[in-house]
Amino acid sequence: MLSPEERHEIEEELERYPTKRAVSIDALRIVQRRRGWVSDEALRDVAELLEVSVDEMDSVATFYNLIFRKPVGRHVIMVCDSVSCWIMGYDRIREHLTKRLGIQLGETTPDGRFTLLPIVCLGTCDHAPAMMVDQHLHRDLSPEKIDGILAEYP
Amino acid sequence: MTKIFVDGKAYEVKADQSLLQACLSLGLNLPYFCWHPALGSVGACRQCAVKQFRDEKDTRGRLVMSCMTPAADGTRISIEDAEAAAFRKGIIEGLMLNHPHDCPVCDEGGECHLQDMTVMTGHDYRRTRFPKRTFHNQYLGPLINHEMNRCIQCYRCVRYYREYAGGHDFDAFSSRSQVYFGRYQDGVLENEFAGNLVEICPTGVFTDKTLKRHYTRKWDLQFGPSVCVHCGLGCNISAGERYGTLRRIVNRYNGEVNGYFLCDRGRFGYEFVNSAERLKQPLQRQDGKLQPISKARALEALAGLLADPKKVIGIGSPRASLEANYALRALVGADRFYTGLSASAARLTAVALEMLRRGPARTPSLGEIERADAVLILGEDVTNVAPRMALALRQSVRQQPMRKADQLKIPRWLDHPVRELAQDQKGPLYIATPAATRLDDVATETYRAAPDKIARLGYAVAHALDAGAPDVAGLSEAERSLAARIAEALKSAERPLVVSGPSLNSEAILQAAANVARALSAAGRAPSLSLTAPECNTLGVTMIGGGSLADAFQAVKSGSADTVIILENDLYRRASARAVDEFFSSARHIVLLDSVTTPTVQKAELVLPAATFAESDGTLVSSEGRAQRFFEVYPPVGEIQSSWRWLRDIMMAAGRREAAAWQDLDAVVASVSDGIPALAAVAQAAPSASFRLAGAKIPREPHRYSGRTAMLANINVSEPKPPEDSDSSLAFSMEGVFAQPPASLIPFFWSPGWNSIQSVNKFQEEIAGPLRGGDPGVRLLEPSAAEPRAYFTPASEPTSGSAGEWLLVPLYHIFGSEELSRLAPGIAELSPQPYVALNPEDANALGVQEETSVTLSLESVSRTLPVKLMPGLARGLAGLPAGILPIEGSGLPAWSRISRA
Repeated sequence: MLSPEERHEIEEELERYPTKRAVSIDALRIVQRRRGWVSDEALRDVAELLEVSVDEMDSVATFYNLIFRKPVGRHVIMVCDSVSCWIMGYDRIREHLTKRLGIQLGETTPDGRFTLLPIVCLGTCDHAPAMMVDQHLHRDLSPEKIDGILAEYP
Repeated sequence: MTKIFVDGKAYEVKADQSLLQACLSLGLNLPYFCWHPALGSVGACRQCAVKQFRDEKDTRGRLVMSCMTPAADGTRISIEDAEAAAFRKGIIEGLMLNHPHDCPVCDEGGECHLQDMTVMTGHDYRRTRFPKRTFHNQYLGPLINHEMNRCIQCYRCVRYYREYAGGHDFDAFSSRSQVYFGRYQDGVLENEFAGNLVEICPTGVFTDKTLKRHYTRKWDLQFGPSVCVHCGLGCNISAGERYGTLRRIVNRYNGEVNGYFLCDRGRFGYEFVNSAERLKQPLQRQDGKLQPISKARALEALAGLLADPKKVIGIGSPRASLEANYALRALVGADRFYTGLSASAARLTAVALEMLRRGPARTPSLGEIERADAVLILGEDVTNVAPRMALALRQSVRQQPMRKADQLKIPRWLDHPVRELAQDQKGPLYIATPAATRLDDVATETYRAAPDKIARLGYAVAHALDAGAPDVAGLSEAERSLAARIAEALKSAERPLVVSGPSLNSEAILQAAANVARALSAAGRAPSLSLTAPECNTLGVTMIGGGSLADAFQAVKSGSADTVIILENDLYRRASARAVDEFFSSARHIVLLDSVTTPTVQKAELVLPAATFAESDGTLVSSEGRAQRFFEVYPPVGEIQSSWRWLRDIMMAAGRREAAAWQDLDAVVASVSDGIPALAAVAQAAPSASFRLAGAKIPREPHRYSGRTAMLANINVSEPKPPEDSDSSLAFSMEGVFAQPPASLIPFFWSPGWNSIQSVNKFQEEIAGPLRGGDPGVRLLEPSAAEPRAYFTPASEPTSGSAGEWLLVPLYHIFGSEELSRLAPGIAELSPQPYVALNPEDANALGVQEETSVTLSLESVSRTLPVKLMPGLARGLAGLPAGILPIEGSGLPAWSRISRA
């Protein structure tokens, strides 16, 4: 069941678009912002509200790599593996992260604190290598800096 | 026409098409994946690249996608250009990165467009050594198999299923190399046209699950050009056999009828031919039980029964060929031949036939239905009654929005921009039915009501179109304004179409449809009127003529006949069990010719095993009025033979020497053509058996057909002589000339380098146009030029029941309502169980829920059925599943009380 707040927020979005279907991405983001991810149940609820089939809604949800269809940790780390970051030492960043967190890319720490995901570009090539944790961009990374950054996210 | 230059050679081609379509129409080989003639161009796969040059002086040129480039006048391209060829080869190599090496175990192997295109581009060495991505496959139901690893991401499936067929339970998921085509979760694909995915998919992601159970490669199948027997539309099919069993059905392109697509009942219903219910030898009732007897004894017994020919009547069948029905008529005499239709079906078909003959409306082909730009459906649940027509109607709603693309000079074949421009806009489609239909999602408006009220809406539309048409009193304001909107939509269209039919057993609905068509004509439009026919030869047997089943019952009751020969007909599907039982008990001798075991078999004294469509030849008349010939796929086994041959043998046994002339099909066709003026043209439905292609018969088997010398070695090591076919110019052999046969005689589509069904490109006059030499079939019905008949006058009041009564109406099911396809396991699995449908609010008022058992009375027989809640059903109605419950002959719609059991 969508919470009254989620429903209200989605309905507000509906007013901005000519068709209900057009709200698909926004609706998924609203749900994800509150729950961290989009479960099968939430997906069905959103599909019902927007009068599209679950298949159609999941097609949208799975297309976007920032809509999570599996549970994620409290904080999501997206480490850039695109070309500039790769040149500037992405490998070391990734190695440090996986070692420190004890998980591989695509996994969540057992304590549910972090999920580590690769991302193709964060648009900050002049400050490569870079990663994003939740909504915050961290640039000019080095393995040494990482521990300090992680500590900011309890 | 425009002039284009391909590799330095000038060609005249049709304007308004893409370069790819133009090149393929010219017979040139150019590989493609995402393009499909029915789906248009999207430029997704990059496979059809060619080099385009600015002018004669341009030697460098640039690569363009031929599917996305118009064949404009003066266009210069090169297919052979080395850079273009290398590009195309590179694309295939890319697609192959993840394509498995599983051709030997893949059902598509040997008829795979991907294989063909790979060979065509010359990609013959795999350099990649990386692991391939793998997927989990889904269960998609009993008819279609899913193997996602083979996918090359051309997106054809999702474009077909969602955009063309209107399905919502199938989509593309994820992105990049993980793109997945399937459902949100495992489950039966809901769309009634999902089976076309098997042909739409250029490789083996979607394959025929029914074929898988008795798999045979295309090159090892023996094919016959055939016509679907599972509804009245007459879709053309190509049926394949091996080792005496029918293995599968694929589409046989007919530009005017089914085009590129079939419905799932037509594609998968064939397994009744192999069913355990088949009758295989003559049976005679001895001591109350049917016992096998020899053919000779059966004929001897028959000759005895026919000693007094004046006491014999024949009951024909709307699911038997013209030839079989005509042979029965010849055996018993025209005045003792009955069509086998129930009284109401006979009356309605006669009314429909008269309407189509008198005009002014013309009966459209399915191709014309697709091009209609405003449609009114009166009373028919098209998807469940005449399924392929629903797919055509779904395209018709695109006609008006596409004009916007025309104005902006966006070519219609440029699929994506045309659809983006139209968004959710649909052309006018109005549907008036008792319950929701599967076309409602594209309908402009729907009207749900009892049959009488549907008819009255139709009359009101006619009156709104032409004040001279009689009006109906007592319509609500809402109904009157709906009628006005429908009239306006039809009037302002260029190609208005009215669809109706006999499904609701309502003559008033047919008359209302005729009034609308007549009024449109009076308003200066050229209307089309498409009337569905319940079975594959309903129209044909009606054109032969004869009394109805009720008349046959009367003949026996009155004592003027005592011996009945029944042709391919289960009378329990045509009349109430009581009436049929009474008929059988009053007739002294019942002889039955049929292919499958039915309740009627249990009443027969003598049963002769008839061939199905797959083992016989004949002609069927579709609801369009198109006579089409179907040809034997393989010779019948054992004592089974075509009904007309049985009837000839019976005549011979009875000393009727005139039957001796019927040695082959052509002789019977000639008799039909001479004997029935309305059917004079049937001989033209296909070339006669004397036709030869470059001096030889047309092979039913591909030239790679393997194992012929060995396949019967377990019986005899000497290879038997191939069976002879005196009935057609087709041979039970792979020997013959590879050349294109006349359109009606194409057993399968194949062309060098084109092993998949997409080889149909090579058989068309132009891509998506008619087959070379004209599409198969001959139209028998054209409206007469004479003054159209006067308007029908509506009844003053709709019928009503007494208080507390419900109007029982038949509801149709694509899977389950048709007699023969129900015997196919896949179709049976999808058929619903008996039910009585009620609107939830009505159910609430009755105090019943889903599955509650209720009792109702049908022809004073009481029945107990579980309730099914059906939100779209009009209030006050109770729906019963046609063909699943024996209600055809029971005079529905009828009034009944419903009470908790």
